[in-house]
Formats: sequence, structure tokens, C-alpha cells
Amino acid sequence: MTLVKEQSEPEEADDKGGADPAGDGYVPSPRRLERERHKRARTRRATAIAAASTLVTGAVLYLVVVSAPGWQRTKETFFDGQYAREAFPKVLEGLWLNVRLLLVCGAAVLVLGMLIAVARTLRGPVFFPLRVLAAAYTDFFRGLPLIINLMIVVLGVPALRLQGVTVDPVLLGGTALTLTYSAYVAEVFRAGIESVHPSQRAAARSLGLNNRQALRYVVLPQAVRRQVPPLLNDLVSLQKDTGLVSIGGAIDAVRAADIIAGRSLNYTPYIVAGLVFVALTIPMTRFTDWVTSRMDRQRAQGGTT
Amino acid sequence: MSDVPVSPGGLPVLRMEAVRKTFGDAVVLRDVDLEVAPHTVTALIGASGSGKSTLLRCANLLEDVDDGAIWLDGEEITDPRADPDAVRRRIGVVFQAYNLFPHMTVLENITLAPRRVHGVARADAEEHARELLERLGLGGKAGAYPDRLSGGQQQRVAIVRALAVRPRLLLLDEITAALDPELVGEVLNVVRDLKGDGMTMVLATHEMGFAREVADQVCFLDEGVVLEHGTPEQVFGDPRQERTRRFLRRIVEAGRL
Repeated sequence: MTLVKEQSEPEEADDKGGADPAGDGYVPSPRRLERERHKRARTRRATAIAAASTLVTGAVLYLVVVSAPGWQRTKETFFDGQYAREAFPKVLEGLWLNVRLLLVCGAAVLVLGMLIAVARTLRGPVFFPLRVLAAAYTDFFRGLPLIINLMIVVLGVPALRLQGVTVDPVLLGGTALTLTYSAYVAEVFRAGIESVHPSQRAAARSLGLNNRQALRYVVLPQAVRRQVPPLLNDLVSLQKDTGLVSIGGAIDAVRAADIIAGRSLNYTPYIVAGLVFVALTIPMTRFTDWVTSRMDRQRAQGGTT
Repeated sequence: MSDVPVSPGGLPVLRMEAVRKTFGDAVVLRDVDLEVAPHTVTALIGASGSGKSTLLRCANLLEDVDDGAIWLDGEEITDPRADPDAVRRRIGVVFQAYNLFPHMTVLENITLAPRRVHGVARADAEEHARELLERLGLGGKAGAYPDRLSGGQQQRVAIVRALAVRPRLLLLDEITAALDPELVGEVLNVVRDLKGDGMTMVLATHEMGFAREVADQVCFLDEGVVLEHGTPEQVFGDPRQERTRRFLRRIVEAGRL
């Protein structure tokens, strides 16, 4: 497909001037017509080759997979229609929990991450302990494997039997996710803050804005805008990792699949749950692409009145 | 412009005494004395690296001086107890690279400081901004983002932004150095107008012809020392120092005077 696209794009651009849109009596020369004929022919040939090659590749892949030894068993264990039908509604029901976790944790992560990032950029001796704490927090939680974090919080905290502390695996799982992802997102924000050129801060300060105002009105808006694509990337990642709260027994999409798989010794429910997560992240990824390209366009167009 | 404040009792707006500034081993300013009278234009000339920009940054407290003192309207601003934000509120700065805020429209760039620092109501700040834009021939650009403007337009917006807080003193740091030659004139015209309005200005510049025309006082800096200062006629017409003569000769050879 890429091959065809590459070949056809320049031709489209060339075609524009053909009908004398400039209105200056321009008639395409025979040389140009001949050149365009040749390019069209080349495009047709490229399309035909791409189609044929795709067909052949697809057929070969199909034959290799289907005729492979063990395909019959693989099909029964992973792609069983009956189990898929049974698992799908339960997995979807569980997925609603993942979505809610994503929304709540996502919001908490953005707020906490921003606070930590700003704490790391504060100047002045009063803030020294705050700076150190923020740096230690990001170092620790970025290095700590999420699964260990989850086990400590979801399984370990209830074992303390503390009064007034929840034992709800969803709340605890959400807390663990927020702890880890805040550290990632804080680093994204901090990178954004540092990417704003010092001359911007100098300009703000020379207008009489104090440090806090310069940060709020000049540095942070530019930092956040620049970091939207990596932030959305982290949110996609968070969306998948909400599945890990199932280790505490919360019935999310993963746990729902696990229950059926454990009972039937058939792994189709896992495939279903996996595909459901993929289906959920694809719109998010496309949204990320769309936001990024829209930002680029806006920068290019500016918005003159 | 018409809002230039009247100076109290004829004190110099800006006074520097024995200012010294080093970056590591490099002495950038050495015993610099300077006096800027109200409603006058002071041009700082000299080769790149002679300390012109550093002098301006020190005057605006973007850099701390190592030694010596600076007064703004008779008040010592290098006193560590002075509030740097309060000092900067009275000084407008225009930078070589414009330094407009790219995420804000022209109007937002200009009204940011009046609204957030000086507490001017949004409507009043915008009205004043539009007036200034109109005067500088940028009436149609209020809603545009900086990257849609030419360099000359951006620099004029930067000047409006500096003027919007009604500063006592305007510091211009090589404001035409980043511009295409055909755009230099439009920016210099603005400075001429400001001089006509009585704005007190200190400008670092490589435009010798312009310095000669608008400046009341010219300071020639050489390796961090004010080697020569006086009227433009004296410094350009009859320089006392050999180094000044050599510098000016090179400028003439480069076709810049």
C-alpha cells in the first residue's frame, strides 16, 4: 500500500495545473502530457503489483498456519467460538471497571504528576526538602516494577488490618497505578518545562511577572502543549495496566476471562479479553495521532484575524 | 509615547557606578559608569562581546552585578533588599530575538503584564493595547499568533508589549540584529517616534548611522570598559581613543556607517 501511495502522490500534485486554473492561457506542453501519461502508467503498474503480492502473501500465510502441525489443537484452545460467545459479555462487563479506573486514575495521575513536576522546578531554600522529596518519589516509583507495587498495596496493605483503611482491591489497585504513573507523568511534564527556552522566562520576568506567574502563564502552557503526545501515550499504557488490578480479585475484564478459562481449561477467554483491550486502545492511539497533527496544523496556520 | 511619565526633579533615570560583572574568569563589565538623563536616548556601541547586552541585563536585574551599584530614579536597585519584580515593572525590555510568547495571540502577549502584574481590567488593557498597535501600524494583527508575523512585525509587537506597562525606561538589546535588511527600517522608525514622545531609552546597537541620528549620548564599550562616551558628534566625528577610531574604521569598511 505504501508503495502505491508513494508513486501516486507526486502525480496528483502534477495534475493540478492541467486545466489552466491560473487563467493565463497556459496550455500544457506535449512534453508534460507525455510525462504525465508515463507516471499514470507507472502508478497502474505499481497498484497491480501491490495487489498481486498481497494476495500471494496472504495465501502463503494462510496455508502455512493452517497446515502447521498442532493448528487444530491451537484453534480449539485459543479460538473456540463457543467459549468466545460465553466470555464476551462477561469480559465487556468487567471492562467497564477498567474504563472507570482509567478515568479516575488518569485524572489523578495528571494532577499529581503536575504537582510533582512543579515541585521539582521550585527555587529557593524553603523548597529544598520538597524538591528532594519529589526527585526521590520519581526515582523510586519509576524504578519499582508495577507488579510489585500492586502486590504490596493490594495484597500487603489489607494484611496490616489498619482501622479506616480500605481493603477494596479496586481502590487499592487504583492507588498503586496512580503512584507509579504519577512518577512517569511527572517526568513528562518536567521534560516539557525544561524544553521551554530560558529566554521565554527572561521575557516574562522582564515584564515584571514573578516566578510563579512566569511559570503559570508562560512556561506551563507551552510545556503542556508540547507534551500532549507523550502524555496520551502514557494514558494508553495506563489503560492496559488497569488489567493488573485483577491480581487483587477485582472482577475486571482480565479476571472475568480468567474465571472462565480456569473453569474450562480453554484459553479463548484470554484472547477475547486481549482483543477487547486492543480495541479500546486503538481509538485512543488514533486520538493521539489526531491531536498531534491538529496541533501541528494549528501552529502552522497560526490563526490570523 | 503620550504616557511617558515625567521624571521627578531631573534625577537621572538610570545611574551606574563602578559596575563589575564576571562570568567565571571572563570580566564582562569593568568599572562601568553610566548616567541616563530623563527623555534622552543612550546608544551603546562596540564589538560583539564588548558587554553591551550584559550591561542591559544588569540594569534589568536579569543578571546580578558582582560589584558597584545601579540606581533607578535615585533608588538603588542592586540593594539585595530591593524587590527585583518591582524594579522590572518600571523597565521595558525588547530583546534581539523578540521573545514573544508563541502560545498567545498578539493581544494576549501585550495584555499579559498589565492584567496579571498591574491589575488592569481586561477591557482597559485591551483598549490600550489596540491603541498602541494602531499607532505602530499593527492594527489588524491583534488576534494573530506571533509565528504568522514577519520579523519586523514581531519586533514591533515586542516593543508594544514593553510599552504596555508604561515603563520609565526602555532597554533595547540589538533589536534589529535578527531582522532582514528591508525590515530594519520599520523597527527603527518606531524608535524614532518613541524618542519624539520623550521616552527614555538605552539601546545596544550595531546600526551606527541610526545611533548617530537618534542618540543624545553614545557609549563605546570595549572589553567591558566604557572607553569613550559623549555626544554622537564627538564619538563618531572626533573620537579620542585609538581603539574607538579603529572600531569605527572597521564599521565604515563594512559599509555600516
